[in-house]
Order: sequence, then C-alpha cells, then structure tokens
Amino acid sequence: MRIWHFSETAYPHLPPEDDYESIRVSLPNKYYDPEIGYKLYQNRIDEWCLADELGIDIMVNEHHQTPTCVDPAAPIMTGVLARLTKNSRLLILGNPIANRRQPVRVAEEMSMVDVLSKGRLECGFVRSVPYEIAPANSNPVRMVKRMWEAHDLIVKAWTSHDGPFTFEGDFFHHRMVNIWPRPYQQPHPPIWVTSLSTGNSAEIARRGYTLGTFLTGYEKTPDIFKAYRTAYRDAGHGDDVPLQKLGYSGLVFVGETEEEGRAGGQHLLWYLSHNKLPMHFRNPPGYASIDANVMALKGKQIGVRKEGWVPDLDDQMEKGIVFCGTPDQVFDQLKKFYDHVGGFGNLLSMGQAGHLSHDDTCKSLNLLAKEVYPRLKELSAPRSIASF
Amino acid sequence: MPDGNRGPLFRPRMIKISGFELEIYEAGEGPPILYLHAGDGFRSSHPAMLLLAENYRVIAPSHPGFGRSDLPDWITSVDDYAHVYLELIHRLDLSGTLLIGASIGGWAAAELATKNSSRLSRIVLIGPSGIKVGSRDQLDIPDLFAMPAAELEKRIFQNPEKFHANFSDMSDDDLAIIARNKQTLALIAWEPYLHNPKLKHRLHMINVPTLVVRGEHDGLISPEYASAFCQRIPDSTYLEIAEAGHAADIEQPLPFIAAISNWMES
Repeated sequence: MRIWHFSETAYPHLPPEDDYESIRVSLPNKYYDPEIGYKLYQNRIDEWCLADELGIDIMVNEHHQTPTCVDPAAPIMTGVLARLTKNSRLLILGNPIANRRQPVRVAEEMSMVDVLSKGRLECGFVRSVPYEIAPANSNPVRMVKRMWEAHDLIVKAWTSHDGPFTFEGDFFHHRMVNIWPRPYQQPHPPIWVTSLSTGNSAEIARRGYTLGTFLTGYEKTPDIFKAYRTAYRDAGHGDDVPLQKLGYSGLVFVGETEEEGRAGGQHLLWYLSHNKLPMHFRNPPGYASIDANVMALKGKQIGVRKEGWVPDLDDQMEKGIVFCGTPDQVFDQLKKFYDHVGGFGNLLSMGQAGHLSHDDTCKSLNLLAKEVYPRLKELSAPRSIASF
Repeated sequence: MPDGNRGPLFRPRMIKISGFELEIYEAGEGPPILYLHAGDGFRSSHPAMLLLAENYRVIAPSHPGFGRSDLPDWITSVDDYAHVYLELIHRLDLSGTLLIGASIGGWAAAELATKNSSRLSRIVLIGPSGIKVGSRDQLDIPDLFAMPAAELEKRIFQNPEKFHANFSDMSDDDLAIIARNKQTLALIAWEPYLHNPKLKHRLHMINVPTLVVRGEHDGLISPEYASAFCQRIPDSTYLEIAEAGHAADIEQPLPFIAAISNWMES
C-alpha cells in the first residue's frame, strides 16, 4: 500500500451559505483575500514537503472558479513540488483533458514536470465533475469521447521521437506535433484515470491504467473495483490484477487520542458540507446519461448533496468516507474497508480540508507515517487480489 | 382549436437522409409548409400547425438528435441541420414551400434560405436565434443553460402555468426524448452560444419575403435582436404578437395564424 497525501487547497473563509447561490462557478472572488491565499499556499506546500520527508507520496488536483480548490492549474503546483521535494512520487489527478483546448500543451506540461522531478510524475487524466463545464465553457456532450481522443493525442506526443506527426481527430487537429522535452520516464509516466462508475472502470482496466475512485465508500467501491478486475483479466493483462492498479480516496485524520482524531475528522467534513450548487451547474445537459436524466425528471436528484445537508461524522465513518481516530483505530478502519472492497494498493488520503490547521495536518501526517503506514504496507505486501 | 377526431392529425414516419434516419411528422394536403421546431422538440399536438394542416401539407421533422431522429457523429451544428433540410426538401420534391421556424428552428430556416431558396415561397421566423449583434461583453440571449427550469419556462411563455409539463404523467420513453432533446440542444448551441458568427453576414442572400415574429413577452429574444435579424433580410416584415412569450406560435396559435395570413395577403 502506498499513501498519497492530498489536499484541495481550499480557501475556507466564506460568507454564510444563504448569501450565495452556488459555492462553485459563480461565487465572486471579492471574497478571496490574496494575503490569506498566499499563507494558505505556503501551508499546503509545506505539508506536501513534510509528506515527502516522511516517505508519503503526493497527490494534487485542480478545480476552477471555486474556493473549495484554489488550485486551478495543477501542473504549476506539481512543478513547484517537483523542485521542492526529493523522493515522493507526484500524482496529478488529474488533468481535465475533456476541458483543455490543447492536449499537446498538456503533454508538454507533463513532460516538463517529469523531467524537472527526474521521473517522479504519475499522470492522471479526468473527465471532470459537471460543475467544471461552465468555467471551461466546454461542451458537456460527447465529453467521454473527447477525453479519450485527447488522451490518444497526448500519449502519441509523449512517445513520438522522430520529428513532427499529424493528428486529425473529431475534436483536435494538429499538423506539427513534436514536443520538447519528451518525458523522463519511458515510454511515458504511469497513467491514472478516475472513475465513479463500473462502465468507466472497465475502460480504464482494458487500457491497463491505474484507477482512482473518490469517496465511493463501502456501497459503491466493491463494484467499481470488481468491474476493473474483470475487465483487466478479460483484456488479457493477466489473472493477477496488481494491487497498485487500484486507488481509493477517503478523508483521513490520525490523532494521538480518539477525541483528537475525531476532531480532525470533523474538520475534514468541511469538504462534504460545503458544496451548495444549483441543478443547472450540477447537471448540465449531456453530462449524465439519458437514463439518469429520466430519473432526474421523475424527481430523483442528480448530485451528491441535498440542500442544507450537514454530514454526521459517525455516518461518514460507517460509509467508508472518513477514517479517523487513534493510529490503531484508523488502521482497523482502513483494514476493514480494504478487506470489504477486495484490496487496493493506493490510499489517496485527503489529509487536509477546510479549516483544518497546518499544525494539526502535520501532526496527523506524522502519526500516519510512523504509526499506521508500516502496518498498511505489511497488510498489502504478501497478497494478490486475484482471489477476489 | 381543431377537433382531434375530425381535423387533420400528425403521423410520424422515418425517412433516410444522408444515411441516417430522420423522423418527420406530416398532416394535411395542399401547398407545403416545412416547420422547423424550437429547442424543446416537435409535438404532434402543436395547435397552430394542426390548424394550418387544414389548408396545407405540413411537414415537421424532428431535428437530428431530437425526438426519434438519429444523431450521426458528424452533425454538430445548426448549419448541419440546414443541409439536412435542403436534402429533405429535395427528396420530398417540395416547391413553393412556406418555411416556418421557431427559435433554433428559425435559425436553421435562415441558414437554409441563405444557401438555396429556390424551393421556398416565403419564410416565417418566430423568435429566431442564430446571430450575434450585441457587445462581446454581454450575451444577446440570456444563458438558458445557467438558469433554473422555472425561470426558463417564464421566458418561453407569458403564462407558464398553462404550458407547464407534468413529468410524472409521462412514460419513460417520452421522458427520455425530453432528456435527449436537451442534450442535443447543448451540443449544437453551447459554443458559440446560440449563434453562428457567419450567419449575419449571409442573411442578405435570403431572396423571398420573410416575416419575423416575436412574442411581446419573449424573455429570450429581445425586440432589438429580432429587429436586427429582420433588418438584415431584404424583403422582410417585423411583427409582435400580444400576450405571448418566446413560443408565440404555441401560446397564441390563432393570432399567429392571422398574422401570417394578413402578411401573405398584403
């Protein structure tokens, strides 16, 4: 098991929820104080550097036009970390390539980070959540096709070394692709793709990429991982599905006492509770399937949050979304989840969110590295998940 | 209102155009009307078209990706629709056609007429979208993809309660069509938003008499926008219909038909 420390670099100093229609897309940036923003960036970068010192890997992501994730250019953050850290793998999960107009530019950015970090990049590609559509002004229809076409172009740009090639797809056109630098890792950095559904996980497995799933808990994760394993074997990649091909992201806080651990877990819930969004941002036409929209027309809500929802810590722990407490408790919770879903090799640990302080985040990171990580490594070491 | 048991009825059928299946509704006999629907698709209960079918052969296709029409991968724009409908006119061997288009259907009608109007007699555009005439700092048409459904209804109808769709009474097939219509509307209208930057430079090529109609309470197409559309077409007339929103032909069928008749007689 590898642990990846992750924070969305939120700006948590918000007006009351009743004062705004949507936390994403349309919240005015007059509420952002660059002085505070500067300090927040320093704290988050320092935490990633601490993770590096502690032997924990690093994960960054990006969102746009939102205080929930003030990292709209993850390649820049990864470039900063490439220079400041020494050993950690650097996972960017991921590049929103259905929303980026120039896939070749993404190929260049990722190659540059790979060389800067001496081959430590793990490159994720994501379709993006629905509320990323409006900030990108990106057509919500045919996004999955657009994402895979962008991916094809990026991989070809990474792996072509004999001068320019041409590409005339349905979505992207280039006559002279010949990127400098080429990636440090050959043939290219490991590729990750996120998935919240079984259909998409099968496609990721067929291509042999690493799958990362987010907050899908006890309920949805087993089917997502199972679909991956089945498709991986069916594609002829081998009967032994390597654990490191699967990643799960939850909210993780380790305290010295149960009380301290739970207090940290409570802080992390900010990430779930601050997600006020109107339907037109949550469900742009074409993003969700026709079947899902038929259900929506019948009154079943699309999206993760009901209006005014305040998550309960015990509920979220029971669902496999939050893991918190003493080192023993966190290990037990993770082991139970690990067994339930059939094993996985990557814990994408959201160890900082909302108002969780820099000191508390560092404290939890230290305990996670020293008290929990050795046991997690042991847990996954001798086993294959072929038996599941 | 026509009595469904005695008056003409729309019957759907599929016709092959450019290698894909297009759904067309047809009713009545007489000179042809080609009706191009708005962003919410064509319904066979369309009151004004049923009335017109008493004296005309009314042909109403579902745009590719709407209703039960296929959506081939190569179709991504309203301009593509115009080419599809030129082929349809040719296949059905229509001539002297009265071309009527509402909203994005008006946009498609205008695109079509700028290319070839030889089989058209007249054109009626109802709250047409398709051009950009205002400043780059403001949308000409409010962002229908960034407003609650109830607000959109208010912009489409002066009296939205009368036309409010009750989804709980509908079959899954009908709900799937509604969802698919919305999806296709996004595909063709997302960017550039509800317009083709070329179209305003081509409208002067329309060489048949054209009536631009706007519901006086249209919350999507402003009077300035509709007038600008009209002014770019050489032989054109502008007219507003009282007590109607964006869907003037649906909300006020009788005044709408009277307006067309008066214009054709004048």
